[in-house]
Amino acid sequence: MKKYVSFAISLMLWACAQEEQKRLPILGEREAVTKEVNGKSITDTIYQTIPSFTFINQDSMAVTSKDFDNSIYVADFFFTSCPSICPTMSKNLLKVLNKYQGNSEVKILSHSIDSKYDTPWVLKRYADKLGVEGNQWQFVHGSQQDIYTMADKYMVYAKEDAEAPGGFEHQGWFILIDKEKRIRGAYDGTNDDQVAQLMRDMDILLSEYSNDKK
Amino acid sequence: MTKNSLILVCFFLAVITCVINGCQGQQEIKKAQFFTNGQSLYSAKCENCHGAKGEGLGNLYPPLTDTAFVRSIRHELACIVKHGLHKELIVDNRTFDTEMPANPALTDQEIAYILTYVGNAFGNELGLIDTEEVSVHLKNCAAKNSARSIDR
Ligand code: HEC
Repeated sequence: MKKYVSFAISLMLWACAQEEQKRLPILGEREAVTKEVNGKSITDTIYQTIPSFTFINQDSMAVTSKDFDNSIYVADFFFTSCPSICPTMSKNLLKVLNKYQGNSEVKILSHSIDSKYDTPWVLKRYADKLGVEGNQWQFVHGSQQDIYTMADKYMVYAKEDAEAPGGFEHQGWFILIDKEKRIRGAYDGTNDDQVAQLMRDMDILLSEYSNDKK
Repeated sequence: MTKNSLILVCFFLAVITCVINGCQGQQEIKKAQFFTNGQSLYSAKCENCHGAKGEGLGNLYPPLTDTAFVRSIRHELACIVKHGLHKELIVDNRTFDTEMPANPALTDQEIAYILTYVGNAFGNELGLIDTEEVSVHLKNCAAKNSARSIDR
């Protein structure tokens, strides 16, 4: 009997500890890799990560994946002349920016999928008109090929399509990336509830790092 | 005046008042119908940029709450919705010059619905904007062939 009670108590404690350290899932493809370490074979899981990149931002400066090494970030794909979902996405990213304004552990990365029209100068005007200052929210320009390859890595669909509103067919996902460049969440950037969920999940992700530090 | 003709005059007056009142009632009903239809079209076609409360977005998309401005461009509203706009505007004491896309697929009637909504929401009080008014205004902007500029 005593054994059962202590088992039950430890189960409860375990459940509490789980609650306290809630973690976000890791999304994307994964691969089990077995390697030899000190003569023992160890199996590791390798998760899908965002490969390194270099783009040009709204201030015509190079932005690389290194700039995001010590922060979690939200990535999305948009274009400035987008008549449909992008205005709502931008409005929602403004909410995210306002919540984490000045927090160096949080960044936003918006990729333009219209490389012809959205030059850094156009992106700058867009950011200015939105009221975005500083470098916490980066708007980036890249070659069509690079941007579309990148969209694939974030598992976001984007394609040039004359039939679509504004000439591009794309999805309005906000993708949450951790400091190890793994995908930790995907949210519909046009849906208020999902955007609220994104911000709750960002808090959880940030606490994962502050808990691990302790 | 005989008693009979007096009764007749009274009768006619009564009939006329009824007709006028009835018309006004009908006008009100029509406005309410247009407003409701316009509301759902607005949320599908305009709200992403101009906001659910017509508040706009930063200096990117102008608000529709500047009632004096909206009133002053009543005769251009249909052209703006149908053909879009790309011109420097001063709305709510701020300058806007982002391009608004055209809505070539909207019918005159749908535009009348939307404008009756916009014209009577967000503090605006333009009353009913009916399909005939929209058609007339659209003919004018087609004739000028410069729908993309406002002249007041
Ligand atoms: C893609 C974003 C976008 C959409 C969608 C949009 N607009 Fe606009 N609208 C703008 C911009 C940008 C301007 C300013 C254009 C300029 O300065 O030339 C504007 C200007 C206006 C104006 C005149 C300025 C003002 O604020 O009073 C009116 C009226 C207007 N829009 C109504 C509508 C209506 C009605 C719809 C839906 C049928 C609509 N718009 C859809 C972006 C948009």
